[in-house]
Amino acid sequence: MAINAMQNRAPVAQKPHKVEIKADADVGAYIDVEINGKGYTVPFGMTILEACRNNNIHIPSLCYHEDLCLAGACRVCVVEVEGMRTLQASCAYPITNKIKIWTTSERVRKARRHILDLLLSEHYGECYSCVRNNNCELQRLAKEYGVDFYRFGHIKEPRYEVDRSSYAIVRDMDKCVLCKRCVRTCIDLQEVGVLEATRRGYSTLISTFMDKPILDVICINCGQCINRCPTGALRAKDPSDEIWKAIDDPTKHVVIQTAPSIRAAIGEEFGLPPGHSMTGQMVTALRMIGFDRVFDTNFAADLTIMEEGTELLLRLKRKYLFGDPEVKLPQFTSCSPGWIKFIEHYYPEHLDYLSTCKSPQQMFGAIIKTFYAQEMQIDPANIVTVAVMPCTAKKFECNRPEMNASGYKDIDYGLTTRELAQMIKEAGIYLPELPKSYFDEPFGNASGAGLIFGATGGVMEAALRTVYEIVTGREVPFENLDITPCRGMDGVRQGSVILTDVKDEWRFLEGFEVKFMIAHGTSNARKVMEALIHGELDDYHFVEIMACPGGCIGGGGQPIPTSPEIRRKRAEAIYNEDKELPIRKSHENPHIKYIYEKFLVDGPCGHISHKLLHTHYVKRGKFIV
Amino acid sequence: MPIINDTVFFDERAHGEALEKALKMTPQEVVLEVRESGLRGRGGAGFPTGTKWMLALTAKSDKKFVVCNADEGEPGTFKDRVLLSEYTKLVLEGIVIGGYAIQAQKGFIYLRGEYAYLYEYLNDYLERMRKEKRLGKNILGTNFDFDIEIRLGSGAYVCGEETALIESLEGHRGEARNRPPFPVNTGYLGYPTIVNNVETFACAYIVISKGAQWFSKYGTEKSKGMKLISVSGDCKKPGVYEVPFGIKVKELLELVGAEDTKAVQIGGASGICVPMSEIDRNISFEDIPTGGSVIIFNQNRNMLEVLKNFMEFFVEESCGQCTPCRIGNKKLLEGVELLEEGKCSHKYLNELIELGKTMQIASKCGLGQSSPNPFISIVTNFKDEIMSNSIRGKNGY
Ligand SMILES: Cc1cc2nc3c(=O)[nH]c(=O)nc-3n(C[C@H](O)[C@H](O)[C@H](O)COP(=O)(O)O)c2cc1C
Ligand code: SF4
Ligand code: SF4
Ligand code: SF4
Ligand code: SF4
Ligand code: FES
Repeated sequence: MAINAMQNRAPVAQKPHKVEIKADADVGAYIDVEINGKGYTVPFGMTILEACRNNNIHIPSLCYHEDLCLAGACRVCVVEVEGMRTLQASCAYPITNKIKIWTTSERVRKARRHILDLLLSEHYGECYSCVRNNNCELQRLAKEYGVDFYRFGHIKEPRYEVDRSSYAIVRDMDKCVLCKRCVRTCIDLQEVGVLEATRRGYSTLISTFMDKPILDVICINCGQCINRCPTGALRAKDPSDEIWKAIDDPTKHVVIQTAPSIRAAIGEEFGLPPGHSMTGQMVTALRMIGFDRVFDTNFAADLTIMEEGTELLLRLKRKYLFGDPEVKLPQFTSCSPGWIKFIEHYYPEHLDYLSTCKSPQQMFGAIIKTFYAQEMQIDPANIVTVAVMPCTAKKFECNRPEMNASGYKDIDYGLTTRELAQMIKEAGIYLPELPKSYFDEPFGNASGAGLIFGATGGVMEAALRTVYEIVTGREVPFENLDITPCRGMDGVRQGSVILTDVKDEWRFLEGFEVKFMIAHGTSNARKVMEALIHGELDDYHFVEIMACPGGCIGGGGQPIPTSPEIRRKRAEAIYNEDKELPIRKSHENPHIKYIYEKFLVDGPCGHISHKLLHTHYVKRGKFIV
Repeated sequence: MPIINDTVFFDERAHGEALEKALKMTPQEVVLEVRESGLRGRGGAGFPTGTKWMLALTAKSDKKFVVCNADEGEPGTFKDRVLLSEYTKLVLEGIVIGGYAIQAQKGFIYLRGEYAYLYEYLNDYLERMRKEKRLGKNILGTNFDFDIEIRLGSGAYVCGEETALIESLEGHRGEARNRPPFPVNTGYLGYPTIVNNVETFACAYIVISKGAQWFSKYGTEKSKGMKLISVSGDCKKPGVYEVPFGIKVKELLELVGAEDTKAVQIGGASGICVPMSEIDRNISFEDIPTGGSVIIFNQNRNMLEVLKNFMEFFVEESCGQCTPCRIGNKKLLEGVELLEEGKCSHKYLNELIELGKTMQIASKCGLGQSSPNPFISIVTNFKDEIMSNSIRGKNGY
């Protein structure tokens, strides 16, 4: 497949360039350099910044981000390269010959301090009323360089209106340092291209198409730009005040569900290194805060697998048994709302490929306001559903007008990991020291399959564990149920499973090779969609797409910072927890069985589930609907 | 047009036929000839042209490009316009020679938006060259193919900077790139590319037609050849002059009939401001370099106003990408405003000079690196005048 060789299709006219250095045959793979008077051997073409950081030599930076292409714009990282008149931006300087570098000479220190003074002179904002207080790269730099007065003055009035138009993203350009990380994230990493530097010179401003409010442009609400913004200029829209109000209101029954990837990341907000799962402590904390019920979204993930897996089998049946030419295959997953908005804007002609399943968050909301309300005998009007998600797009999703089949909003509030951590802190709780406890019944039990939804490839793996077993009556033929082709962090991955010795009712699938593909980050989604359009996916059956790099563990609502390493650690935490769980297949979850017996009585993809758990999509195209 | 002594450009009979000659040489020979002539870039930075061409020639690539920088955005320069409109052959065939020298297939002329009126004329000229087999396939019967396309800029000064120019050619926002890698390696669309000034190509034409020896007899040790200078401001005979490198500022002033002079801004807005006490200095890459702009101010000029104009220009024309230039120029301009109001202390002025020095070394491209030049040279050379309405110490220092 030519997918990985495909041209980057970012909107032309906006793409920041990448620097690529090809090694000369006569230079070799490694180069000797001198840094601050000491010798080091570094790989050819590595930047000065990387070379220094690999050797524990600290160089400050601001516009540099590991996930993004180079900018070399802020100049905070300048160093001295012997023999050069000017200082060099270490983040953008590839080492291709023997050079001598000085990282803290007088010229360097003075220049960095000046640059910082300049940035601060134009920075309007007060740390104590800023979401990024204590986790802000600008603030950290000011501390590091001992800034104790505004050498070049300080802006006294705000210049820009805060853009609060979006359900998910808030933009406060008075705090922007013009590092363009958001621009590079949106164009390069996500290939959406909402943000760009506009105007020139001193008037330069990060803006949207025609300066429109961000609600009125094709932003997919993925929040990846927030995760990479070094300052408080970009943040998520925080509903915690309303949630506190609901908690404090005795007439309200406030139910919270937590997505699989929260537990793997929330510890970072409390200073733990990435990769510590905090499931039990988090549940305890949520109870202490005062939520009436604490449920696990993993349960709804299991439900999604039942529905989505069945939908896939039905599509296969219609196509291969009945020869229905209208059936669209491969079926694309639909649990990532950023991806949904992306395809609605960019590939509106291909919405029929999407599974009609709602995301787990929304399914859960619908179940809570119907089945759960009945069982508990609570008026659904008095139930407030909160979803803690790694995701900012979920804030948009829960406000989609079609998401209220029960007559009530499936989900009232979408809360991010960061915002939840803030609520926990506000309640005076230090998470890591709490005792563990379990989720509430009747939705407390979830399978490992639901849990791994949190990492890219997880939905696919979970679905395969169930689909294979439905069709053959046996477990998937992978050691320990770990379907390894689904794992990893490559942007686009693919694999297949062959169905043999199938049950009678699935005779037509005997020997059938189920081909699947997995992509994360919408730039990779775009590659897959282009392949689809070019007929390269005709023999594929199931495609998982997550809008965020790494899947939910790298979601736009997760703790800041993010990096490939951090995402890898979070994914590891999830897979390790899956291994330990007694139930690892969605269809074996007893609560799932129970709900199909008691409530969704006509089974997966039946009438009731169609009304409550499935949805439809909007052909948005270039227009904002 | 006034000419002193000798001329390279202004005597058409003396131009000779360089294209024929070049195509009979090997590309290496052409590059070596240019290198031997000591020709340095006429766009301002003065990079040795032969060296640049050699780097591009030896870069391994199936495609290469030539770009003629006709953005001529530096305030006070208009010499490229004269070359393009009156000595078109030198420039266009100079580009073809450059293309042959580095073995490129395609050339661009990046024409300043304000020169759009030349667009049709130049295109007709290119068409004529194609008919005469001096452009296009099999130039002059050789197997060298090369064509030239004209692209119009849209008025951003920074797009004269070679990497921002390439970004603009590629259809992006005009912002300078990181260097290294340099355009000779990774230029237009990532291919080896030489960017040269209009006058540089015209000089290359002369070098080939007359020989490196002939060319290098003009000028100084490190600045060979003649230089076109656009003179404007307070003098009797403004215009384009051809002078040998090494000419003293004093001599130039005499030549153009400048009287009662107070200062000379050499090198455009980003150049330096030379007071009368220093007019024995000379114009060359060794002493005072210039892309061609000389602006003369007489005793009636208010140097603070002059400086303010320059700084306003930079605040607007910076691409806004890097911190030192985007905000630094604004701070310098605010400093000038404080000076005007008499509210800038010596201490703060020194702080701003230091900031200017940081900008010179920490900015990403030549614009930010040279924009503090007029600030630093005017406030140091005319300190008394500048500080005359200052109430010392009132700025909190
Ligand atoms: C801000 C800025 C503006 C520039 N404008 C021009 C220009 O208008 N014309 C030009 O030939 N070179 C200009 N240059 C210089 C070019 O970057 C480049 O050095 C030149 O085109 C190289 O050609 P040369 O070696 O023939 O001089 C400018 C440089 C800077 C930093
Ligand atoms: S963005 Fe950073 S420096 Fe600015 S107010 Fe917020 S925390 Fe403080
Ligand atoms: S939320 Fe996503 S789509 Fe929207 S601006 Fe940020 S990166 Fe772009
Ligand atoms: S909004 Fe944030 S990420 Fe974007 S340029 Fe400004 S500071 Fe950088
Ligand atoms: S120095 Fe000025 S013009 Fe050059 S890159 Fe920086 S901001 Fe842009
Ligand atoms: S971190 Fe290197 S220039 Fe910004």
